[in-house]
Amino acid sequence: MAYLSVKEVSKSFGGLTAVGGVSFEVEKGQVVSIIGPNGAGKTTIFNLLTGVYEIDSGTVTFDGKPIHNKPVQDIVGAGIARTFQNIRLFPKMRVLENVLVGMDRKMGYGLLSSVFRTPKFKKAEQEFTQRAIEILGSIGLGDEIHNYAENLPYGAKRKLEIARAMATGAKILLLDEPAAGMNPQESVELMDFISSLKNQGYTLILIEHDMSVVMKISDKIYVIDHGVKIAEGKPAEIANNEAVIRAYLGGSAKDVKSQ
Amino acid sequence: MKKDWLFLMESMLFKHRLLIWGLVAAVVLTLPFWGLSLFVMRTIIMIGVFAMLALGLNLLTGYTSQVSLGHAGFFAIGAYTSAVLMMRFDVHFLVGMLAGAALAGLFGLVLGIPTLRLSGSYLTIVTMGFGEIIRLIIMTWTPVTNGTLGLMSIPRPRFFGTELNLNNHGFYYLMVALVFLVALFCHHLLNSKVGRSFRAIGEDEVAASMMGLQTTELKVLAFVLSAFITGVAGVFYAPLMGFIDHNTFTFDVSILILSIVIVGGMGTLRGMFLGSAILIVFPEMSRFLMDWRFVVYGLLLILMMRFRPNGLLGWQSRLPYPIRGKKKEVKGHGISKRQRSF
Repeated sequence: MAYLSVKEVSKSFGGLTAVGGVSFEVEKGQVVSIIGPNGAGKTTIFNLLTGVYEIDSGTVTFDGKPIHNKPVQDIVGAGIARTFQNIRLFPKMRVLENVLVGMDRKMGYGLLSSVFRTPKFKKAEQEFTQRAIEILGSIGLGDEIHNYAENLPYGAKRKLEIARAMATGAKILLLDEPAAGMNPQESVELMDFISSLKNQGYTLILIEHDMSVVMKISDKIYVIDHGVKIAEGKPAEIANNEAVIRAYLGGSAKDVKSQ
Repeated sequence: MKKDWLFLMESMLFKHRLLIWGLVAAVVLTLPFWGLSLFVMRTIIMIGVFAMLALGLNLLTGYTSQVSLGHAGFFAIGAYTSAVLMMRFDVHFLVGMLAGAALAGLFGLVLGIPTLRLSGSYLTIVTMGFGEIIRLIIMTWTPVTNGTLGLMSIPRPRFFGTELNLNNHGFYYLMVALVFLVALFCHHLLNSKVGRSFRAIGEDEVAASMMGLQTTELKVLAFVLSAFITGVAGVFYAPLMGFIDHNTFTFDVSILILSIVIVGGMGTLRGMFLGSAILIVFPEMSRFLMDWRFVVYGLLLILMMRFRPNGLLGWQSRLPYPIRGKKKEVKGHGISKRQRSF
C-alpha cells in the first residue's frame, strides 16, 4: 500500500467536472509532480487532498487511514500541509510568528496558562520558539526572523510558506507552484532546497509549470488535463509521451517533430 | 538596515521602561490628590470605562477582524444584570460583577455562533441587530428592567463597610484596578499562542485553518472574551452613573467604542487609552464650537483616515521579537520599513 493513495477521486462544480476519477499514488520519500495545462484541475486536487473541498466520490488514504472529507484541521493533524499558488502568509505578523502559528496545534497549553503565565506556558513558548528559529535557519531565513512577512522579497515569502508548512509537523508537503515568478537562478536554488527536503525525509507533491524544475527533481510525474489523468511515469517517459505533447501543444507529436 | 526614528524612539522607551512604568504608576496612583475638580475626575473615570470597552472590542475587531456594532448590548447586559441583582437581592458588587460579566459572555457565545456562517459586513449587521434587540428587551421587560423609566439610585459598591463614591475617590481607584486587570489579561492573552492564532485568523482565515487552527472555535472564543470584558465595564458603569435606562446603551455607544479602537490603533493595547482619552475629552473640550462641534469631529476622523489609517498609535514595532529565555535587550538593527517587493 502506498504512503498516500488517491483512488478515483471526482469533484464537480455544478455541471462542470473539475476532477473526474483521478487516481495516483505517492511512496514515502518521493518527489511527485502533478503537471498539466492551465485549468486542468491541479489546484483542485490539492484542495481535495487538504479538505478545502469535499470530494464527490473516491477515496484518499494516507498512511493506511482514510482522510477524505475530514475537516481541514484533522488532515493537517494527520501530517499533510500545503503552500498556496498565490502566497498566503500572515503579512502583518513577524516571520517567526508565522512559523509559530504553524506550531500552534502542538504547543499544548490553554487559555488559562496564557493568562496566568504558568511554567507550562513559558516552557512551551521557549521550546517552540527555538524550534521555529531552527526551521527558519535551515531554510535560509535565519536573518529575517524578526522582520514582518510583508517586507520579505518574493522568493523569501515562498520559502516562509514552506517553513510554515513544515512547522505543522507535516510528513507530506504539497507545494503549489513553488517556482512561480522566480528567475532561473532562484529556480535552481529552489530545486536544491526541495532536494534537501527530500533528504530530510519529507515526501513532496509539487504542482509546477517550470519544466526544468519538474524534470530534474521528480521521481514520478502525473499529467492531468481537463480533470483526467492522461499520463504517468518517470520524467524521461513523460517528456516523450504523445498524449502529453498533444495536451500542451494542441497537436500530435508528429506535427511537433516535423516542424 | 535603516534605523528610523520609530526604532530609536521604541528602543529609548524600552531601555527606560522601568522608569516610565514607575512614573505612570506614580501619576495614576496619586492623581486624586492633585486637587482636580470632581468634573475632571469624573471625565478621567469615563476615559477608563471606555478604554476598557475598547480593549474588549479590540480583541474581536483589532485581532480577529470581526467588526461588531452591537457592543452596547453587552455593555447593557453587564450593567443591568449587576444593577438588578444588587437592588433586588442585595448581593455584593463583586458577585454582581461576576454574574454580569458571565451573562454578557454567555450572550457573546450565543452571538458568536452566527460567526460560523457569516463574515464581513453580514456579521456586522447581525451584531447591530443584537444591540437593538437588547435595547428593546430593556424597554419592554418592565418587571425586571423597570421599562422605559430605567433603574434609579443603583447602590454603590461597598468594600469593608466603606461605600465607594466620587468624593472619596473610591470609584477612581476601582476603575484603575479594573482597567489594570483587563489590560493585563489582554496583554498576556495576546502575547501567547491564543493571540497569535487570533491575528492569523484576522489576516487570512483559510491559511489559518490550513495551519490546523480550529478557526471556528477561536472566533467564538474571541466573541465570548470580548463580551465578557465589555460586561465588566458595564457592571462598573451602572453604579457610577447611578441611573441607567434604554437610552444609555444606544447604537451611538457601539459606534463610539469602535471609533476609539480605530482612532487609537486597531490591534494595539496602547492605542485604546489614547483613543478613549481623545474621543471622551473632545466633546467636553470643544463646547465653544457650539453647533460646529460634530462637523469638526467628523473632519478630524476623516483626516485621520487619510493620514494615519492605522490609528494614532497603530505602528508596527521595529524592535526585535521578544524571544523567551534570552536576556532582554535591544541589540543590533531595527526592522527596516519596507524592503523591495516584486
